[in-house]
Amino acid sequence: MLETSIAAVPLKNPVITASGTFGFGHEFQPYFNLSRLGGISSKGLTLNERYGNEGERIYETKSGLINSIGLQNPGVDFFIHHELPFMKGLGTAVIANLGGGSMEEYLGGIEKLNATDVDIIELNISCPNVKHGGMAFGIQTETAYQVVKEVRRVCRKPLMVKLSPNAENIVQMAVRCEEAGADAISLVNTFKAMAIDIKTKKPVFKNVFAGLSGPAIKPIALRMVYEVAAAVSVDVVGMGGISCWQDAVEFILAGAKAVQVGTANFIRPNICLEIIDGIEAYMINEGIRSLEQIRGVAHTA
Amino acid sequence: MSASFFVSKIIQQTQVTNTIFCMTVKCDLPLKPGQFFMVRGWDGFPLLSRPISIYDAGPNTVSFLYEVRGEGTKLLSKLQPGETVELNGPLGNGFEPAKMKGKVAVVTGGIGFAPMVYTVKQLEDCRVDFFCGFREQSYELEKVVPYVENIQVATDSGIEGHKGFITDLIKVKNYDVVLACGPEVMMKKLAKMCTEQQVPCYVSLERHMACGVGACLGCTCKTVKGAKCICKDGPVFLGEELNWDA
Repeated sequence: MLETSIAAVPLKNPVITASGTFGFGHEFQPYFNLSRLGGISSKGLTLNERYGNEGERIYETKSGLINSIGLQNPGVDFFIHHELPFMKGLGTAVIANLGGGSMEEYLGGIEKLNATDVDIIELNISCPNVKHGGMAFGIQTETAYQVVKEVRRVCRKPLMVKLSPNAENIVQMAVRCEEAGADAISLVNTFKAMAIDIKTKKPVFKNVFAGLSGPAIKPIALRMVYEVAAAVSVDVVGMGGISCWQDAVEFILAGAKAVQVGTANFIRPNICLEIIDGIEAYMINEGIRSLEQIRGVAHTA
Repeated sequence: MSASFFVSKIIQQTQVTNTIFCMTVKCDLPLKPGQFFMVRGWDGFPLLSRPISIYDAGPNTVSFLYEVRGEGTKLLSKLQPGETVELNGPLGNGFEPAKMKGKVAVVTGGIGFAPMVYTVKQLEDCRVDFFCGFREQSYELEKVVPYVENIQVATDSGIEGHKGFITDLIKVKNYDVVLACGPEVMMKKLAKMCTEQQVPCYVSLERHMACGVGACLGCTCKTVKGAKCICKDGPVFLGEELNWDA
C-alpha cells in the first residue's frame, strides 16, 4: 500500500531520512528497525574529507534550527569502505548525497560512486554553508543546468538533484535540471538565514549566514514542492520541516512521490516510524489503496 | 550499553537554589557516570530536547541536577511528580571510574558539579579530593561528603570558601588522575596544568546539541585524533587530546 518509487528505484514506503540528519544510519540503530524506512540519504559527502565550519554550528529558533555544519564528512572513499556496507545491509534504499566545491570534485565523487551499489545519487547543489560551491551552483538556473548536464554525462546511477529554496526561480531551476538529465528532483534544502548575538552584537555564525530548517519552513517548502511538481515530469521528493505524518501527507497531496524527514529526527529519533505508521493509518481510514491515488490531487481541487 | 527513547514518569522535583533544580525520574537502564540524556518535557516548543547529565541514579531511577538557563530548562523546572518527560539515552561515553586508582582530584565549576556526584560514588578504589567552584554559594555538598576525603570550595562572590578560581586551590602533581567538569576556561587551564605535570586529566565538555547521537555534527570538537562528536565520542575526553585553541 505504501510502496512507491523514485527514478524507477522501488521504495517500500515514501519516508526517507534527509541528508545530514541521520548520519549513516547506525547512529539511529538503537531506536528502531531501520529496514522500516523507505530510504536513507547519507550525510552530505565530498570527494575529500572535510572538517566543516569553525565556530557555532547550531542555533535554535522559535520553531526551527539554523545550522552551519559546512559539510563535515569523511570523504567518498571512507563512505564506500566503512559506511556503505552497513547501510546496504539494512534492507532500505541507500541514497548517497554528494556535494562539491568544483566541477572536478563533483565528477570525481560521481565516478567513485558509480562503482558501488548505492541505489540513487542525490546531487547537492544547495548547501548554503560552503563557500565556492554547494549552493553557489544552486542559485542561478543556468549554472545548475551546466553542473547537472556534466554530472549526467558521467553518472551511471539514478540521479536526483537536491534544490535550494534560495534559487533565483525554483520552478525554472527544476525544469532546467530535468532538461539536463536529472531523474528526480528533491526539494528543499535549508533557507539562507542568520542570527545575531545581542551581547556580542555580532552574527552568531562565523560565516554570517547559515541554513534554517524545521517546522518554520514547512509551509514555504510545501508551496515550492507544489509548484515544482506541476512543472516537471520526473519524480519529486518533498521535504522541509516535516515533523508528523500529516505534514508528509500534505507533501504527497502536493505532488511528491516520497518525502524526506530531517530536523524532526533530532527531536524524536523514531519519528520516521510514527510518520510511516501514520500515513498507513490515514490511507486505511480514507480507503486509499495506493499513494498514487492521492499524489498531487491537491492540484485538481 | 545501548540508548533508548522512552517516556518516563517524574518521581520528584525539588528546587535547590534560585536557579538550580533536581528532578528524579523512572529509569532502569544501566548507566555510566558522565553520560547524559536528551530530555524533553514538552511537545513542540522548544524544538530541541536538552542534554542533561546524570546526577545520581538509584535502582530504578535517574536524577538530573540542572540550572534553569532558557526556555527548555524553565519548562522542565515547572513539571510536577506524576507528569512525564521523554528521554533519549543514556548517551555518550562517560568516565571510567573502575579503571582509576590512587589519589583522584575531582574539579567542578558551576553546574559542572552535577555529573561528578554519580562519578565520585563509583570511585571506590580511590582517595578523592573534591574541588568545587560556585558563583555565589555551594549546594548539595552533603551528597559527596561520604565519598571523598576533602572538599574545597571557591566562590566568585567570596561568600563561601576561597574567593576566586577553584584552579587556584589545586596542586595537580599530588594526584594520579584529575577529573573535571565546568566552564571551558577552567577545564582548559586545568588540562594545561595536568599536561605540564604529566597527570592524566579527563574533562567533560558541554555544548549546544541537536541530536545527541552523533548525526547532526553540531557539537564537533578538534582532537589529536581528528574531529570528534562531543555527544557521541565524548562528552568525556582526555584533556591533552583536545585542541583547546581551535
